[in-house]
Amino acid sequence: MNFAVTDIGAVLPEVIVAVYACAILLIEPFLPKGRQEVLAYFGFAALGVAFYGTWNLMRTDLTVMNGMFVLDPFGNFFKLLLYVAAAMTILLSMEYLKREGIDRGEYYAFVLLATCGMMILVSASDLIMVFLGLELMSIPFYILAGFKRFEEKSLEAAAKYFILGSFSSGILLFGISLLYGLSGTTNLQALALHLRGAELQNPAWILAMILLVVGFGFKIAAVPFHMWTPDVYEGAPTPVTAFLSVGSKAASFAVFLRVFIEALGGIQSDWRFLLIFLSVVTIVLGNVVALVQTNIKRMLAYSSIAHAGYAMIGLIVGDSLGIFSLMIYMLIYAFMTLGAFGVVMLLRREGVEGDEIRDFAGLARKDRLTAFAMLIFMFSLAGIPPTAGFVAKFYIFMAAVNAHLTWLVVLGVVFTAVSAYFYLRVVMVMYMKEPDEAVQLSAPPGVVMVLAVAAAVVLLLGIYPSPFLDYAQEAVLKLR
Amino acid sequence: MVIGVDFVWLIPAFPLLAVLINGLVGHRLSERAVSVTAVGSVGLSFLVASATLVQVIADPAPAVTALFTWIPGGDLVVEFNALIDPLTAVMMMVITGVGFLIHAYSIGYMHGDSGYARYFTYLNLFTVSMLILVMGGNYLVMFIGWEGVGLCSYLLIGFWYERTSAIKAGTKAFVVNRIGDAGFLVGLFLIFARFGSLNYSDVFSRAGELSTATATAITLCLFIGAIGKSAQLPLYTWLPDAMEGPTPVSALIHAATMVTAGVYMVVRNHVLFDMAPLSLQTVAVIGAATALFSATIGLVQYDIKRVLAYSTVSQLGYMFLACGVGAYASAIFHLVTHAFFKALLFMSAGSVIHAMGGEQDMRKMGGLAKHLPKTATVFIIGAIAIAGIPPLAGFWSKDEILGAAFKHGAPVLWFMGLTAAAMTSFYMFRQVYMTFYGSARMDHDVEHHLHESPNVMIYPLIVLAALSLLGGLLLGFPPEEGWIHRFLGPVTGAQAVPAGRQEAHAIGAIDYILMGLSVAVALAGWMTARQIYLKKPETAGALASRFATAHSVLYNKYWVDELYDATVVEPSKGLGRVANRFDDRIIDGIVNAVGNLTQAGAALSTGFEKYMIYGLLNITGYANHIAAAILRKIQSGQVHHYAALLVIGIFILVNLYLWFFDNTTVALLLSRLSLNGGN
Repeated sequence: MNFAVTDIGAVLPEVIVAVYACAILLIEPFLPKGRQEVLAYFGFAALGVAFYGTWNLMRTDLTVMNGMFVLDPFGNFFKLLLYVAAAMTILLSMEYLKREGIDRGEYYAFVLLATCGMMILVSASDLIMVFLGLELMSIPFYILAGFKRFEEKSLEAAAKYFILGSFSSGILLFGISLLYGLSGTTNLQALALHLRGAELQNPAWILAMILLVVGFGFKIAAVPFHMWTPDVYEGAPTPVTAFLSVGSKAASFAVFLRVFIEALGGIQSDWRFLLIFLSVVTIVLGNVVALVQTNIKRMLAYSSIAHAGYAMIGLIVGDSLGIFSLMIYMLIYAFMTLGAFGVVMLLRREGVEGDEIRDFAGLARKDRLTAFAMLIFMFSLAGIPPTAGFVAKFYIFMAAVNAHLTWLVVLGVVFTAVSAYFYLRVVMVMYMKEPDEAVQLSAPPGVVMVLAVAAAVVLLLGIYPSPFLDYAQEAVLKLR
Repeated sequence: MVIGVDFVWLIPAFPLLAVLINGLVGHRLSERAVSVTAVGSVGLSFLVASATLVQVIADPAPAVTALFTWIPGGDLVVEFNALIDPLTAVMMMVITGVGFLIHAYSIGYMHGDSGYARYFTYLNLFTVSMLILVMGGNYLVMFIGWEGVGLCSYLLIGFWYERTSAIKAGTKAFVVNRIGDAGFLVGLFLIFARFGSLNYSDVFSRAGELSTATATAITLCLFIGAIGKSAQLPLYTWLPDAMEGPTPVSALIHAATMVTAGVYMVVRNHVLFDMAPLSLQTVAVIGAATALFSATIGLVQYDIKRVLAYSTVSQLGYMFLACGVGAYASAIFHLVTHAFFKALLFMSAGSVIHAMGGEQDMRKMGGLAKHLPKTATVFIIGAIAIAGIPPLAGFWSKDEILGAAFKHGAPVLWFMGLTAAAMTSFYMFRQVYMTFYGSARMDHDVEHHLHESPNVMIYPLIVLAALSLLGGLLLGFPPEEGWIHRFLGPVTGAQAVPAGRQEAHAIGAIDYILMGLSVAVALAGWMTARQIYLKKPETAGALASRFATAHSVLYNKYWVDELYDATVVEPSKGLGRVANRFDDRIIDGIVNAVGNLTQAGAALSTGFEKYMIYGLLNITGYANHIAAAILRKIQSGQVHHYAALLVIGIFILVNLYLWFFDNTTVALLLSRLSLNGGN
């Protein structure tokens, strides 16, 4: 067992976030009720320091803790994304928690702990670490989903998410133990070595691989493991939903990719077509079911399912362009989704959240800028240039064409066309319907800030994406 | 070029600036300030575009200028660049020139509308997008413009959102266009896969590497995009509905510019199309069929704008017919003349609607010539031009297309085009007589308020009327060797024709015969309309009831809209609803049907989870609430059914693997199983 001081340095960002989370839990009892908002700034501080740390470690590439934990540009790219997503989630939450009467300090601790779990997840280079990160990410989410504890919907969401999440964790664990039994290791590199060149002797490999697909597929909300998504997205507090659909999905995709490309790359031909199948049904079902939703959170849930299907194409392709396109997709998806949920939070109908699509009626005449921001997010989600959503889809499809998966591209493009219908419906309702006076608009500064940043990034990445793309590309070259 | 080619960026920059001004502060500005900004910006663009045209005439070699690197590094570098060549120059002149006139006309037409600034913002944004579309030096930039014009079209069709029909029409236009765009995008990816570049210059110079099959695939995909954008069979249904937008919008977007983007795209890619005879045949057949099909519908419509809309679809069909038979310069020629006379017709129809207080039904018009003499004059000029009567603009371009179709060895297509030409003449003069002549059929009240439009609306009409009168002669005379043919030569390759074929280009007896036939059918159409609608107005009704079935089929537009609703729209919504219900409820039934085996396992695990959850509940202290919710949910059975679905998912994946993929694994598995059984 060799344990160097540098090992601590490598995991410092994770340590910082975890320590801050614990500190919040300790301070919280001593703060009077109504002053808990202060803890949000603790959260920002934690994320800021961690961001600084990761930024400095950005170009390092080393494996520490006896090969359990890897620090590389690929992971760091996702970590930076996660910090931003978490910080935006906290911004979205501050006013919201007060309004809903659930402003308790531990909320911020849970957000940080979930973030820490995601960070471990994207840096894990051992299946045990993967599982640890996954659980550390999921357990705070189970609690956060039920944070509106006086609302049945929220509790239902928490219960469903918890039960199904645990079940999927069990399946994942089963897969991991099978892999361990077959190879005698849980280390990703060692697994890769074991698979290299060796003839596939045992069908249990396939079973293990399938179990892993199910476990990760659950987290990224791929069909048919998506059942929890609409219920949980609808029921959970909106900032939690946003974080769940952005952070949890990005981190799960990162680890999905790392495990399948790095460890199971040797049997790529075996898992590829399974993922193609999942991707196709996910794209088709996500988009088609979104057509008939009347609740915007459920609509965004199905939209997020569909986007998972598109992002999977990057994983299926699996070469450097594919990985690169997946990273870009997650980056862009994060901003447009956070923005869309941010707008949803602004609407209030009779004291509760206005989360029906009809609540958006005439938004353009009540608040031009908010409506315009939502228009940008909807166009971006639909993949219409010059928004970032187009760049994201463009790269994914480009990677697929390069890998001779043209038919998949045709399918993806056709369903992108279908998706325009339900995204555009929101725009139509905002711009072309009479305002509904029962729906009020609030404008908490935190949410406004998130909207401004998200809209700016979505437009910038659509019009001038070069700087972001350069960094992502560098990260990929390091991973390969 | 004398001045740097970089100056062309000014052309879209002016309207873009106007978009920013009117979009951000327009609602606080006066109407005058808004219109000066909007119209002035397009005017400035027109001046720069004219200067560019002069430059291109002096030096027709294509020039490329890049603004910035849009997508960097790796396998693909895409620059945001512009390609300036004769084709682009012609398109820019149409967009900014006709666009300027339509913008100016809008000052009067939209006067007093509550969305004045919004209207001009959208209209300018459209101009920017359209310019980007034609200026783009690679497919991706073109695609941005392509989507941008669709977006503006959507916003402008739904401009009067108080009308439900307007909103529906806008959405329909956008979604139908997206279907076409999907084709375009696939074509674009195929091009990238084959050439590793999206620049026109790279692709066209290496086009020879393509096999016929690949070229066919690429061009058919591109053509699907063109079908959507240019409203050809079978995706034309959105264009007649798009008439819900303000009339100047119909003139600019749905007649003069946007809908011709498909034609521009085919001509731009003619190098690829030339390599794929099958694609060219498809283009020609769809073009001729659309020309004829929509002309028949136009025969019996009563809405003054809908007649013009079907006429637009029909004329676009001619342009594609020209492309399909290789007469690319003629296609662009017809595009230009059509922009003149169709913008004229739409805007004078707008002037009529303006005078009639919003009435669009021609059955409630009649005798308007004496009230609106200027509008009537320019409308009739437009009608003669589109009917194909020499020496007005439409004759030269349309006759050229028909001639090319005939000489290309496609007499059937020629005949379809000729029939459509007769119908065009008929429905245009039917419109003239129903609107401007005969007895007045409007209410007394309306008649009392009839007034000629203000000068700001009339002057643009006069300019367009002059262009419709003379444009054909100036640009395209003598036929096939006019100025526009020579100018476009470097792009469309007409000059590259080997010497042997030059003789075919000289005008021979066959051309005069074809020309004579064209004129004859046009006059026949005119006289028939005159007979029915001017001399004996009662015959129209008699004919309609005598051929009731045919009339009803045409009047109801062959029920194509209803057909699409029944076969495409409703089923996809139904599928969504079914899948939604599956997600919500029916899953219970499916789960039960799939088997108790999985249920037992799932129930076991949920039971286990139930006890685990209590531990967590006590820690977090929300025990009562959550426990109640969980118990309720478990009793309703949904959650463990969801869990069961996870297990089913595993089974599906395993089965998929075993059935469809690897036989060796199956064999391996089977041998293992039998081995274990043996032990």
